[in-house]
Amino acid sequence: MQGQYQPLERCNDFVVKFANVNGSGSASANRLFTRAVLRMGVPATPRNVFPSNIEGLPTWYEVRISEASHLARHGDVHLLVAMNPQTWDKDVAEIAPGGYLLYDSTRPMPPAKLPRDVVVLGVPFTAICNREYSEARQRQLFKNIMYIGALSALLDLDLGEIERLIGEQFKGREKLIAANLHALDLGRTHTLETIACPIGLRIRRANAVGDRIFMDGNSAAALGAVYGGATVAAWYPITPSTSLAEAFQRYCARYRVEPESGRHRYAIVQAEDELASIGMVVGAAWNGARAFTATSGPGISLMQETIGLAYFAEIPAVIFDVQRAGPSTGMPTRTQQGDVLACAYASHGDTRHVLLFPEDPHECFLFGAAAFDLADRLQTPVFVMLDLEIGMNERLTAPLTWDGRSRMDRGKVMTAAALESASDFGRYLDVDGDGITWRTYPGTHPQLGSFFTRGTSKNDHARYTEEGAAYVENMQRLLRKFRTARRLVPRPVVDLASRPTRRAAIYYGSTSPAMQEARDVLAEDGIALDLMRIRAYPFQDEVFDFIASHEQVFVVEQNRDAQMRTLLVNEGDVDPARLCRILSYDGTPITSRFIVRAIADEAGGSEVVPLRKATP
Amino acid sequence: MTFVPKPKLSHPELPKNSLGLTRRDYEGAVSTLCAGCGHDSISAAIIRAFFELDLPPHRIAKLSGIGCSSKTPTYFLGRAHGFNSVHGRMPAVATGANLANRELVYIGVSGDGDSASIGLGQFAHAMRRDVNMVYIVENNGVYGLTKGQFSATADVGAKSKRGVTNTESSIDLAAMALVLGASFVARSFSGDKAQLVPLIKAAVLHRGAAFIDCISPCVAFNNHAGSTKSYDYVREHNEAVDSLDVIIGREEITADYEPGTVETVVLHDGSTLRLRKLAPDYNVHDRVAALAHIQDRERAGEIATGLLYVGPESKDLHENLNTVAAPLASLSDAELCPGEAALETLNAALR
Ligand SMILES: Cc1ncc(C[n+]2csc(CCOP(=O)(O)OP(=O)(O)O)c2C)c(N)n1
Ligand code: SF4
Ligand SMILES: [Mg+2]
Repeated sequence: MQGQYQPLERCNDFVVKFANVNGSGSASANRLFTRAVLRMGVPATPRNVFPSNIEGLPTWYEVRISEASHLARHGDVHLLVAMNPQTWDKDVAEIAPGGYLLYDSTRPMPPAKLPRDVVVLGVPFTAICNREYSEARQRQLFKNIMYIGALSALLDLDLGEIERLIGEQFKGREKLIAANLHALDLGRTHTLETIACPIGLRIRRANAVGDRIFMDGNSAAALGAVYGGATVAAWYPITPSTSLAEAFQRYCARYRVEPESGRHRYAIVQAEDELASIGMVVGAAWNGARAFTATSGPGISLMQETIGLAYFAEIPAVIFDVQRAGPSTGMPTRTQQGDVLACAYASHGDTRHVLLFPEDPHECFLFGAAAFDLADRLQTPVFVMLDLEIGMNERLTAPLTWDGRSRMDRGKVMTAAALESASDFGRYLDVDGDGITWRTYPGTHPQLGSFFTRGTSKNDHARYTEEGAAYVENMQRLLRKFRTARRLVPRPVVDLASRPTRRAAIYYGSTSPAMQEARDVLAEDGIALDLMRIRAYPFQDEVFDFIASHEQVFVVEQNRDAQMRTLLVNEGDVDPARLCRILSYDGTPITSRFIVRAIADEAGGSEVVPLRKATP
Repeated sequence: MTFVPKPKLSHPELPKNSLGLTRRDYEGAVSTLCAGCGHDSISAAIIRAFFELDLPPHRIAKLSGIGCSSKTPTYFLGRAHGFNSVHGRMPAVATGANLANRELVYIGVSGDGDSASIGLGQFAHAMRRDVNMVYIVENNGVYGLTKGQFSATADVGAKSKRGVTNTESSIDLAAMALVLGASFVARSFSGDKAQLVPLIKAAVLHRGAAFIDCISPCVAFNNHAGSTKSYDYVREHNEAVDSLDVIIGREEITADYEPGTVETVVLHDGSTLRLRKLAPDYNVHDRVAALAHIQDRERAGEIATGLLYVGPESKDLHENLNTVAAPLASLSDAELCPGEAALETLNAALR
């Protein structure tokens, strides 16, 4: 079948895609593959593509191997491991010319079904399994390990690393280790005997992983909540946020059990819905605990009324929104940055909320912890905006660090002693001029400092009033507080092109690796871009200065309606014509290739005269 | 303090409780409800109950939803923090507050619209979670604050002030609470302080969710002939199953009663409830029988009131979650943050 094409020759720079059936136990085998590559010092970035289903539907696991540390989705497939006959045609069609196809050849595919421009590698996994094992479940599970064995031979993947990982995974269960190693060997040996190994795709030991760790964003955010001092979590299950709440439970079981008593320094409630989960968070935070919920778009919709209460009554709340493709149930297992506006202006009336945009698990941890300080200091809801792409996929990320000297900043809380020495306590009295007022926790003092919290309008001593002037004053103070927030939230990250340019791109969250890769490619094509990664809303002045200092600014995001662009235009009175939309929203993670094409089209290739003088 | 202070015309002879406080110290701002509204009588009963329980007012947290009934926490316990939250969402907010600090006493006030209509779900889940709180529904069969529409507790056949007859079947919150597993269920009437005050006291002392469905006539919209939630109607059809004395601490019981007519219930803190049975053979510990009795009385056109059910040794949400003894809100950095070293171990395991 070979001849009219050249089989690909690539080392440490290719994409392997596994096509599996949901519920077949392939996930742990696929993960084993990625971890073995990482252990060889070669960066690898996996992505789960899965349906909203428990068993039987197709799933894919795509691993980009890149010694150059490109962590974004590539877009091409160089080796397909086709373990799902249902999706054969579509999967096979994705293989790049000269690529490779590994499939279960127990029942050989008729030549008409085989692609003409790829190298077809058949290993009769089912036949080997049926010969070796009698139980159906064993046949299924060991088939997965067997294809990892085959890959080790085909790609020259270090067998020792795989064996060590299996040993770590099943530590103490010798029988299981032996059984897995046996299956691994079966796949490998058969492949070595029947196919010329390695093929044109290879993994060669490198030193490109460094001290980075391999972790998913939801776990990192949950760990951030533990470090940030959260004690109350209320949630309602929804993909892709569920694993965040579950990770919190896991870490609490490890780090938050009182040694003497075995009792918990945390409370996790699976609420009856998101109306209740946000209500519990607000009740707990009102009463002095650090509290959070984790949800996704549909949950955000249900929480609207109480979010408005928390804004107006000024109660801290941390909300992790792991975004997925909406509206409605949309594509519940696909990624998107579609909740930016729904969160920024959540609830009725005039509201604005603090948003944080982590780019990877490392920042999920940092922002996950910092959100609690911010919420307490600002006495307002804080949203940590993850998405399925960073939330549910494991990613190479900088090791987590913590400053052992840092302490929780509970913001402006008056103690009993402070109440006694103060001349006047008014819950909403702006004594410091920054819009942030002093609060008391219930139960603080027998006579002083009690107040009534309400969603109705009130004066600065928390007494009910419908006076227009008092209402306006309060609303103005809330704006003042929001301006103060700009000083407290993470600043944007600027990365200037190597030469002066009038073009720039603004991006945020999980778009990061694709944007960085695209910038390099565009630079080679003569399109230089200054980059700004927005990490929080409200926007600092430097965001608008950055826009003003460029002639053409691309706002790259993963939603249909250019929500961040709208927010920028609205908040900074930016001339909309200056901001060019670059939008990818089909549910798959944005690729550098998409960005390169879209920006190249818009830029027209011609370089404009730089505003900024060349830096030496 | 931010409540509107009432002129303190405190009489030197005003009785004091063991904390040296008078009833006045348990009051709140002047009520803005309609004169004669049942809700004000319930506020008065709450004030008396807390005064008699010798509880420091600032160690109580009062929460409510939205409605005339939900406004009332402003009118009692001015030294306590209050939270007038969102329509129908008091139970979740109270649950969260309770999780943060198990040491305070929680009283949630709601209306029949608040708990039986928009907030029915949250009512149900607070009962099944057994949040340690007093949960009072000030039940007038209408939406007072939005001017008299039927609520979900209006009886079939009840006539509205405008002459409309309710055709949708009514929700009996006490019966629901029983079905949902609540560990303390009572019903009372705002016009019967002798019954209501001891019930509130018992509810405060009970550990777990203590639910009181308190019929509370709305004089503005539901006190006319044809209403089944009017003062006259409830007075005529009220059938108490028992009457209650609450004895705090391990005080000795001295009074003599005819055998079989009195039952004593010892609560987790050692306080005692002494129940004088009014309905023969009523067993306050039998959930199924309580439900049958309520429905039986209802069929006879009567309203069963009193302490309807109290569970044996109940466990509240904190016990079920196995939380530490100290309030979660009070835990320090050292108790909450695993620190740098733990992170290094974790990093190593993720390579
Ligand atoms: C989400 C929402 N919908 C509607 C309302 C309007 N509303 C305010 S109070 C109320 C009914 C209150 O009835 P109930 O709980 O029985 O209290 P009552 O006034 O009778 O004591 C309604 C519908 C609201 N505040 N919020
Ligand atoms: S409208 Fe009815 S419920 Fe509201 S205050 Fe008046 S009498 Fe009470
Ligand atoms: Mg009502």
